Amino acid sequence: MDYTQITPHEQSAMLEAIGAESIEQLFNAIPQQIRFNDTLDLPPAMSELQLKRELAEMAAHNHGPHDMVCFMGGGAYDHFCPVLIDQLAGRGEFLTAYTPYQAEASQGSLQAFFEFQTQVARLTGLDIANASLYEGATAVAEAVLMALQHCGKRRVLVASTLHPDYRAVLRTYLQDLPGDLVELPADGGRIAAQTVRRELDDEAACVVIQSPNVWGLIEDWDGCFGAAHERDGVCAIAVFNPIACALLRKPGECSADIAAGEGQPLGVPLSLGGPYLGLLAARNQFMRKIPGRLIGRTTDTEGRAAYCLTLQTREQHIRGAKATSNICTNQGLLALRATMFMTAMGKHGLREMAQQCYHKAHYLAQQITALDGYALKFDGPFFCEFCITCPKPVTQIIEAAKRRRILAGIAPHGRRMGRIGDENDLLIAVTEQRTKHEMDALVEVLEEFAT
Amino acid sequence: MTSVMETRPKTTRAGTRSIHRLARGDRPVEPVIFEKSVPGQRAVDLPPLDVPRADLPPELIGAPVELPEVGQHDVMTHYTHLSQRNFSVDGNFYPLGSCTMKHNPRINEWAAALDGFAQLHPLQDDEQIQGALRLLYETRCFLQEIAGLDEVSLQPAAGAHGEYTGLKVIRAYFKDIGQPQRHIVLVPDSAHGTNPASCTMCACHAVTVKTAHGYTDLDDLRRLVNEHGANTIAAFMITNPNTAGLFDAKICEAADIMHDAGALLYLDGANMNAILGKTRPGEFGADVMHFNTHKTFSTPHGCGGPGAGPIAVGEKLAPYLPAPQVMMAEDGSFYFDRDRPKSIGKVRSFTSQFGVLVRCWAYIAACGPDGLRNVAEKAVLSANYLAARLCNVYEMPYFDPKKGRFCAHEFVTVPNRLLRKGVSLNDIAKRMIDYDIHPPTMHWPLRDCLMVEPTDTESKRTLDHFVDVMLQIAQEIERDPKSLAEAPTDAPIRRADEVAAARNPVLVWEG
Repeated sequence: MDYTQITPHEQSAMLEAIGAESIEQLFNAIPQQIRFNDTLDLPPAMSELQLKRELAEMAAHNHGPHDMVCFMGGGAYDHFCPVLIDQLAGRGEFLTAYTPYQAEASQGSLQAFFEFQTQVARLTGLDIANASLYEGATAVAEAVLMALQHCGKRRVLVASTLHPDYRAVLRTYLQDLPGDLVELPADGGRIAAQTVRRELDDEAACVVIQSPNVWGLIEDWDGCFGAAHERDGVCAIAVFNPIACALLRKPGECSADIAAGEGQPLGVPLSLGGPYLGLLAARNQFMRKIPGRLIGRTTDTEGRAAYCLTLQTREQHIRGAKATSNICTNQGLLALRATMFMTAMGKHGLREMAQQCYHKAHYLAQQITALDGYALKFDGPFFCEFCITCPKPVTQIIEAAKRRRILAGIAPHGRRMGRIGDENDLLIAVTEQRTKHEMDALVEVLEEFAT
Repeated sequence: MTSVMETRPKTTRAGTRSIHRLARGDRPVEPVIFEKSVPGQRAVDLPPLDVPRADLPPELIGAPVELPEVGQHDVMTHYTHLSQRNFSVDGNFYPLGSCTMKHNPRINEWAAALDGFAQLHPLQDDEQIQGALRLLYETRCFLQEIAGLDEVSLQPAAGAHGEYTGLKVIRAYFKDIGQPQRHIVLVPDSAHGTNPASCTMCACHAVTVKTAHGYTDLDDLRRLVNEHGANTIAAFMITNPNTAGLFDAKICEAADIMHDAGALLYLDGANMNAILGKTRPGEFGADVMHFNTHKTFSTPHGCGGPGAGPIAVGEKLAPYLPAPQVMMAEDGSFYFDRDRPKSIGKVRSFTSQFGVLVRCWAYIAACGPDGLRNVAEKAVLSANYLAARLCNVYEMPYFDPKKGRFCAHEFVTVPNRLLRKGVSLNDIAKRMIDYDIHPPTMHWPLRDCLMVEPTDTESKRTLDHFVDVMLQIAQEIERDPKSLAEAPTDAPIRRADEVAAARNPVLVWEG
């Protein structure tokens, strides 16, 4: 079923009003030699009932956090999401609206995005935030491009402890542009302030540090960004996890100038990696350089509070080749979900969620490291994710856990993680959703491999 | 005119209040959520911590985040109220040109929310997600067939991201064959703003090609190729049907000019809704194209996203597509191929806008081949019908059915005769809001134009209502042009002061 509603009878009347003899005549601008006169080689149309069966069948062929216990992280986390988010974000008035170009017809989404910008600014401890980007990695790339534009220099110092996908996307984005990527080596899984200081020179544009980093370790943002700011004009870019920001020191508290991150933990389903939510916040000085949509609060002609898209001269539809970015469509509905999520969890709920992640991850780490042959790969402080060195190649352990319906974690030596670890490394993430019982079950699996 | 009066009460400011007006027009301002915060309120709770507390060094702890504290009922009320202050495809006719605001089937939402799709971790092993990989592989095949091209990458997150990815692929191809100097991308003066902006992000130089009467000026295209030198041109980036709502019949010649120069043709597929199953970009010479699933394939626009912008390429460009690529093995199983040495690399984290692509699959599967062709036919029929009924009052520079000049799926009107009566284009657009219709795209691709795209899913009854409203607005202009300066009078707010918003930007709540 194709969802069109015009009947053959109506079609005749419409053609008559147009003064055309046939539908074909309306397509007369397409030259005959490029007409597609065949039938597309696609499966025949399905009714809704058939679709339901077919889609349910495909979905049933997948296993994941819905029917297994998930200890996987690596940039996407299995957090709790209140049911009300689905109900509210599923409302057709949000789902089926577009970018709020017409302020008077879009006050609902505009105000929600204004709330979103405020929440993200508060979460990161910075002055302003935009109304979302595609996802975490492109948000970091956009942050770097903004920093390059801002200071007119070309060296980009990036922590080697930044998620490998994010580093790969940065490589792609900087490949043809005047920007040179320099990777900061890690020491014990973290970047030392001294390393930042050593790599800084007059051409340095920005320093990019993720915390918690790819190993789950909490980086020394204060030290690294302090070192960065010893040189004038160097931008400190913090890559953040929004849940961690509810408990740990925020980018703004650690003197970051720009913060970019993945908003998926804020009520966005795992959904095999997308659609997710790119977060970008910055200090006021970047207001006219920040990419993407910005919503401003203003008044209407009668003095009522009103909201509208603003500072649009930064954007592609006004500036074309000189725009700050090419972004047009963003992740509106996911930004709405995040807004509702942060509101529903609230000031204390989000902090409690972060605390539970912290305490549960530390409980599990303690239980595992009590087993013979298991040790934390690094000593540094961690938030909700940590790397364990196992006594056996981790692929065996992951397979054994799967048989117990447990997703034990991620193998950082795998291609999906850019081969950053050794074959005995296991990266484990714990969210507030994991129970003591589930964690003890994972420990039992690991115990079978203890030396 | 009567149908307008039946459906909507007369909405002069002095007029009688209708129930509708009470419900919406005079609603007080909705406070921001922070103003509704009451210390100690919570909308949801968490189970008590079931493990011992660990040591948390105080130097790691940050200040609390000042998020609102609101009970569950007030959260529901607040965002329900906000939703009621929005126009949407569900609630309104939304003929926003170039955005293809068609109906969003709910079976697609149901599918994307299935646990077996929505609850998959992106780093899981291929063997655990065979159903999802099959869906991705089939979506790839569907789009290849619709494009008439050889290989599709599902990775780009939106149309502009697709443009970016496509241009990176073009750059990588030319570098690989020893022609890295090809950095000029020719772009029509009527192009989407994203086109030149994407060029800049790929370090390509966008050079503007003139259009004449809505079509590419081929002489100007040839001139620019000669002027810059054939061996500097990377591609011509064209939208077809173009942004004037016309299928550019000279597309094959434009493709020949590019190919003779050793360059490529990039098709911006924003307007694919007009040609589904009628012609294919591969047939008219496109080497690379992007789709906008949120336009053509009914994935919801969600107040501005998410979209998905898969790109399709010809065989010679396939090795450069982003990694990984979803593949089918000889035994019929599916996997992600990460071994693509010539790939441009990654353009995003993980693999795709999977949840959006589930909806895209469901739409294409629902329509089938005949349905997709019917979609294009109904989209074009609807646009031409509106144009024909309105062209005597709203001038249309490119539409003249008597001369066999039809529009594609959208049309442009520059209502000069009405504007000369002393109203602005903005007045007309804002007045449409009073009639519950979302204004069309404005001032683009021409100054003082409205670009109207009714899409394939509207009923004739809705189209007729739109015609009546537009004719009524024209009458209002004849009668009292100044009255339109007041519009909208029946929206949640009167006109927003956008100038003040930009002059003194308030981007966050400081209360």
